[in-house]
Amino acid sequence: MLESKIPSGHISEKWTKYKSEIPLVAPNNKRKLEIIVVGTGLAGAAAAASLGELGYHVKCFTFHDSPRRAHSIAAQGGINAAKNYSNDGDSVYRLFYDTIKGGDYRAREANVHRLAEASVDIIDQCVAQGVPFAREYGGLLENRSFGGVQVSRTFYARGQTGQQLLIGAYQALSRQIGLGTVQMYNRHEMIELVLVDGKARGIVTRNLLTGALESHAAHAVVLATGGYGNVFYLSTNAMTCNVTAAWRSVRKGALMANPCFTQIHPTCIPVSGEYQSKLTLMSESLRNDGRVWVPKKKEDAIAIQQGKLKGVNIKEEDRDYFLERRYPAFGNLVPRDVASRAAKVECDKGHGVSPTGLAVFLDFSAAIERYGKTEANKQGLHNLSKEQIIELGEKVVSAKYGNLFEMYDKITGENPYKEPMKIYPAVHYTMGGLWVDYNLETNIPGLFALGECNFSDHGANRLGASALMQGLADGYFVIPYTIGTFLSKEISTPKFDPKGPAFVEAEQAAKNRIQTLLNIKGNQTAESFHRRLGKIMWDYCGMARNEEGLKKGRQMIRDLKAEFYKDLFVPGNADEFNPELEKALRVADFMEHGELMMVDALERKESCGGHFREESVTEEGEAKRNDESFSYVAAWEWDENQPKLHKEDLVFEYIKLVTRSYK
Amino acid sequence: MSDLHLNIKVWRQNQKNDSGHFETYKVTANEHMSFLEMLDVLNEQLVREKKDPVAFEHDCREGICGTCSMVINGQPHGPLAATTTCQLHMRFFKEGETIVVEPFRASAFPVLKDLVVDRSSFDRIIQSGGFISVNTGQAPDGNAIPIEKDKAGKSFEAAACIGCGACVAACPNGSAMLFTSAKVTHLGLLPQGKVEEEKRVQAMVAQMDKEGFGMCSNIGACEAECPKEIKLENIAYLNRAYLKSVFTGE
Repeated sequence: MLESKIPSGHISEKWTKYKSEIPLVAPNNKRKLEIIVVGTGLAGAAAAASLGELGYHVKCFTFHDSPRRAHSIAAQGGINAAKNYSNDGDSVYRLFYDTIKGGDYRAREANVHRLAEASVDIIDQCVAQGVPFAREYGGLLENRSFGGVQVSRTFYARGQTGQQLLIGAYQALSRQIGLGTVQMYNRHEMIELVLVDGKARGIVTRNLLTGALESHAAHAVVLATGGYGNVFYLSTNAMTCNVTAAWRSVRKGALMANPCFTQIHPTCIPVSGEYQSKLTLMSESLRNDGRVWVPKKKEDAIAIQQGKLKGVNIKEEDRDYFLERRYPAFGNLVPRDVASRAAKVECDKGHGVSPTGLAVFLDFSAAIERYGKTEANKQGLHNLSKEQIIELGEKVVSAKYGNLFEMYDKITGENPYKEPMKIYPAVHYTMGGLWVDYNLETNIPGLFALGECNFSDHGANRLGASALMQGLADGYFVIPYTIGTFLSKEISTPKFDPKGPAFVEAEQAAKNRIQTLLNIKGNQTAESFHRRLGKIMWDYCGMARNEEGLKKGRQMIRDLKAEFYKDLFVPGNADEFNPELEKALRVADFMEHGELMMVDALERKESCGGHFREESVTEEGEAKRNDESFSYVAAWEWDENQPKLHKEDLVFEYIKLVTRSYK
Repeated sequence: MSDLHLNIKVWRQNQKNDSGHFETYKVTANEHMSFLEMLDVLNEQLVREKKDPVAFEHDCREGICGTCSMVINGQPHGPLAATTTCQLHMRFFKEGETIVVEPFRASAFPVLKDLVVDRSSFDRIIQSGGFISVNTGQAPDGNAIPIEKDKAGKSFEAAACIGCGACVAACPNGSAMLFTSAKVTHLGLLPQGKVEEEKRVQAMVAQMDKEGFGMCSNIGACEAECPKEIKLENIAYLNRAYLKSVFTGE
């Protein structure tokens, strides 16, 4: 039975009340307790720094060459907070409500409310650290709006918000490293979790420079190792993002929750060729000003696909602004899952605009003209020509989105000021993750999961600018308190010996796994298997899923896995710097995780958020949820033959479940 | 889509203390590939021939993590201004061209393997003082201290440094002044960071020297090669802050 451990009381008081009741660990005892933190993204760096400040002895691990490289750094658009600085009716409750609704009612109420409460403190903390957020002329913080909401609550630092927040957390972490409260291990990848008497007490790492396997012991283990979007091979994730730390924990008994909930982001630069290694996101903030459209006439679309016509040549009346048409209330700012599916529908109908037919336009011409006129008025310039107005408008747009436009130009070789951008949905984020209770503790005592690594806050679809919020909330403001529930009972537990039998056994298991892969000596690279796995995932567990496809996809993955263990080739040895071996180990875990995603998607016979089952749609073709049968968290216990499902029923006491509508 | 037939002359070095040498490989790329995707093609080729692939570092492939680090035809991150290697596309190279690829070279960045170097010295510079000393939970309201828009913008521009180390690789002296000064400026321009500026600048400069980075002689190659266009004026800011701390510090 899964116990969510949600505290009692009214939703707006649960966290405050609970915080004052959590057993504390006295400063003299904190010094005796060791905590391992794996990952140095927003959640990991924030947790390691905060726990170090509290006086715990922290060991922090990253597989990067520096803790500043984690993929949180690439987040562009912003971070939400219920500050209501814009005076537009925002509140903690509204952020809570928007997030639950945005997640299509598949997240836990109490966790999300806590997140909304913490959002306010995050901004304060980051400003104090020196994060240079955008400001108004009066010197106060500026906001903008994001998808799925009707208020402006997003704080940002140009198109590099993730970078600036991560640098803030990295600096806080660096300060603790300098003070000696945190011991930092760069270029160390966790490849086993170690349990002693059923509790998480350590990890086995591989030193990526030397290949040496090392055991590290602690009283508790905190995973902040990100999401598994790279199971699709092509995604907006960084190349080395992987599921291994989480999956190794699953192999030790941790439950994986809602793995089929993946986010397909609507605005990415479309795929251009087979060799492509990753996809690049164009921030959701662009949908504040960009209008999404395709040609109304199929023949126009075909001419564009063949390069005979350009977007600018299509007359206004021949354009279909399909998001504005279908969702007048939210228009171009509908949530990501809705926008992505709508783009797919148009492309499937044959109205796509790139050579592959898999792209739609994101057009700034209207915004450029509008801003140009405002700017002309501001400067008292009248009787300007259209060209002069556009020039002024381009400057305003450049100040807002300059770096994104540059990035687009660099990758595609096209100028988005003059021609509409071409965009297509791509895998971006994974809402699923390790099952955790209210304390962010998994079902393995002493093993905690933060940030994208856990499943807790975004339900079946994450709203824009919420990932940064969750990562930092978990790291700065939740785990420092909730880890006390476990550690307060451990104050007399002596330090663990990393040479103990459980560690020796785990090291041996890791060694065997590595040797198995090296010994196959087949003919195909890990990369080529990864690419094939990604294609299966995208085709059968992507933007639209059905029973037949999911069954087929699952079998295809099992066959691919069998082939992997017969024909993989990994060059080099175990005891050296060997990126191909790293890749092979990660791909092996992706295979099993991918299969579990298929199983989960198959079992959830409803459409909700990013999970769209073709069998479950309304008459208008919108996603149809089934609250009666599927209002639960699906937490899976891995079993090679048939994974076992554990359910946590979702209880909604403060928000009424309604059909999610953005019309 | 036109194919490019290239000769890639790349630095191979097995370990830290090996002497290393160049090797040349033939690669067929196309103009839409990024430079790193071209290296992926080379590596797939090498692995298929059961040879040791070229080690290089990379991660986000969108120009923000700062992991990729190589010198292409004599320039850190290659020929395109304000562009990291991962965002450099092959359409900027010519059919039949020989492209020389080397690691970032500086005594404070020892080569670990092929194109991979050790940049942990940068982390230690930050650890010495590149932060604002505030614990979680101590912060006042975000709007408690208004900050002039342009000043916040300037601070942001310095904070946009990705810590890749191209500035060091470009500098004939192997100096880390652009990197260090960007952090000193980012924090020093903000009222909340001004408080401990004297301590910060002293500590960071001392650590920079300890790591074996060279002196700055205002050549400006760092600014020219910086993929994030970090300005030389940051160095002037650091120098002012440093001088001031010498006279007014404890």
